[in-house]
Amino acid sequence: MEKFITLKSTITPLAIEDIDTDQIIPARFLKATTREGFGDNLFRDWRYDENNQPKKDFILNNDGYKGSKILVAGKNFGCGSSREHAAWAIHDFGFKVVISSFFADIFKSNALNNGLLPVQVSQDFLNKIFELVKSNIKLELIIDLENQQVEIVGHSIIEKFDLNQYKKTCLINGYDDIDYLLSMKGKIEEYEKTSKYLHIL
Amino acid sequence: MGKTLFEKVWNEHVVAEIPGGSNVLYIDKHLIHEVTSPQAFTGLENRGIGLYSTERILATADHNVPTKDQHLPIKEALSRLQVEKLSENCKKFGVTLYGLGHPYQGIVHVIGPELGITLPGMTIVCGDSHTSTHGAFGSIAFGIGTSEVEQVMATQCLMQAKPKTMKIEINGTLGKGVSSKDIILYIISKISAAGGTGYFVEFAGSAIRSLSMEARMTICNMSIEMGARGGMIAPDETTFNYVKGREFAPKGAKFDEAVAYWKTLYSDNNAVFDQVYHYDAADIAPMITYGTNPGMGIKINSNVPKLSEIEESNRATFSKALEYMGFTEGTPLLGKQVNYVFIGSCTNSRIEDLRQVAQFLKGKKKASNVNAYIVPGSKQVEKQAMAEGLDKILAEAGFELREPGCSACLGMNEDKIPKGEYCVSTSNRNFEGRQGPGARTLLASPLTAAAVAVSGKIVDIREFSLN
Repeated sequence: MEKFITLKSTITPLAIEDIDTDQIIPARFLKATTREGFGDNLFRDWRYDENNQPKKDFILNNDGYKGSKILVAGKNFGCGSSREHAAWAIHDFGFKVVISSFFADIFKSNALNNGLLPVQVSQDFLNKIFELVKSNIKLELIIDLENQQVEIVGHSIIEKFDLNQYKKTCLINGYDDIDYLLSMKGKIEEYEKTSKYLHIL
Repeated sequence: MGKTLFEKVWNEHVVAEIPGGSNVLYIDKHLIHEVTSPQAFTGLENRGIGLYSTERILATADHNVPTKDQHLPIKEALSRLQVEKLSENCKKFGVTLYGLGHPYQGIVHVIGPELGITLPGMTIVCGDSHTSTHGAFGSIAFGIGTSEVEQVMATQCLMQAKPKTMKIEINGTLGKGVSSKDIILYIISKISAAGGTGYFVEFAGSAIRSLSMEARMTICNMSIEMGARGGMIAPDETTFNYVKGREFAPKGAKFDEAVAYWKTLYSDNNAVFDQVYHYDAADIAPMITYGTNPGMGIKINSNVPKLSEIEESNRATFSKALEYMGFTEGTPLLGKQVNYVFIGSCTNSRIEDLRQVAQFLKGKKKASNVNAYIVPGSKQVEKQAMAEGLDKILAEAGFELREPGCSACLGMNEDKIPKGEYCVSTSNRNFEGRQGPGARTLLASPLTAAAVAVSGKIVDIREFSLN
């Protein structure tokens, strides 16, 4: 997994709540057997019309936001299906961070397992970002993972965010859970010997 | 302090606690299917390792499969490749596969329980969010992503932060035409599509206790639709009677020993939940959704809410949903013409669902404007339905019983709802485009779906005589 430390970038604001993983990547694009290439179909049905022409009013088709590495979305981002393809699609498109005031649980785990940082901020802070970017589409944020804070550049507005400390170590060092769990083989075998339930079944 | 059902099962499975808030959780059963497993198998190959255990994993093909002519090769090339990849991986890694043509094939969350693979007190995971279904047995069951599928394949364990606990208690007697699907749609409409995020839910109370196992599965299945990681119901005599004698369930003295343990799986009287909700069963009516997430549900005879009744931060999403659905705020849904009906999915495709639908349809005819998909959850359900002559009743009413799979719930196969069309569906998600690009889904119970199919429009099931 790629290491993550700090990031300074413009943002792509998507002020919609309850964005589900079927919108992020519709089921009909889940037929691949590899992890690559899902970015092409990120937000497919919001991004393209039925003739596969880009919809002009959708933000990913607005060149003004091109190159941004931070997606900022409304509350309850990533709800619905457990498809990790949603995290892959966002990452593959070029985003490194998703900011929202609330994330669905499975999406959050999937993002963390792919070096895509989900940053949960307060509703007020989120509203502030949406408000400021309206008058300045080149608004930048600095995401500082070590200090667990987001800064709105040029406005001296900073907010701290929470993160599971184990996951933070993984992100900073580029480790994944499997490396860690494989190192625990002895403990797992010990559990299997002593588990009451495994012996009943 | 007493323990909740969730804590009892969770604690039993903790292999180690990791500084920083995560637990290493042992997984008793890992279910896989063709869509979320291929990249995990590739991951194992890249690491040069095999499966930790071939005993605790089971595969089936369900998401992509056609629901007609399953004996023929799958027509759609990418779907066929994905299903073939599953067979290839299962062979290579030594995983038992109930693939197309196997008498046990079916939707992963239907076959686990019906084969006695799902048991009380277990930890069960699958790369599918509706894994919460298995919680109906008092197991901890939840959906995971593909990286986590790989974790479980490699180590039989999962790194997980312990969720908070929530109890939802429903007491009283259900009214006419109200089923377990209506209970869960009602709950989600009350606490919203995000109200359960961060929690594991226990459903309790007399209204839940009175339900059959299949009805309980419908409720736990949709726990994820309120954001909860999973839902569970304490096992009782209904559970033990359901499990007894099933293909892979423990037998004889082993079964008695298991039941003695399962009887300890309940929330202690003095257990403390992080959140508790109480509802009265008498307030629950047949439900239907009007919007684009499962929290946007109403009693079927109510009006779509007005914009002014919606929380301010959610108004943009609400307006976007109504625009997509083609509905107007403050107006009724009753009487709207509906041309598509889907009865199926891991939520409502079990034998009791088909029995209920067939009993209602007996002597009635499908409305001429309606196209209907009735899709059993598994080969076992299909076989049972035929043995009971349900397929004939359906045929006389103008319906065709399809072959098992996820079908139009997510439209990965050719069963899709056309753009702009309304579909009253017994599935679990009404997201934009879920049943096909531009499709408009209204979630409801199997009984309501059957009534819509004969009426050709949205109707209140309570207007019909029911036995």
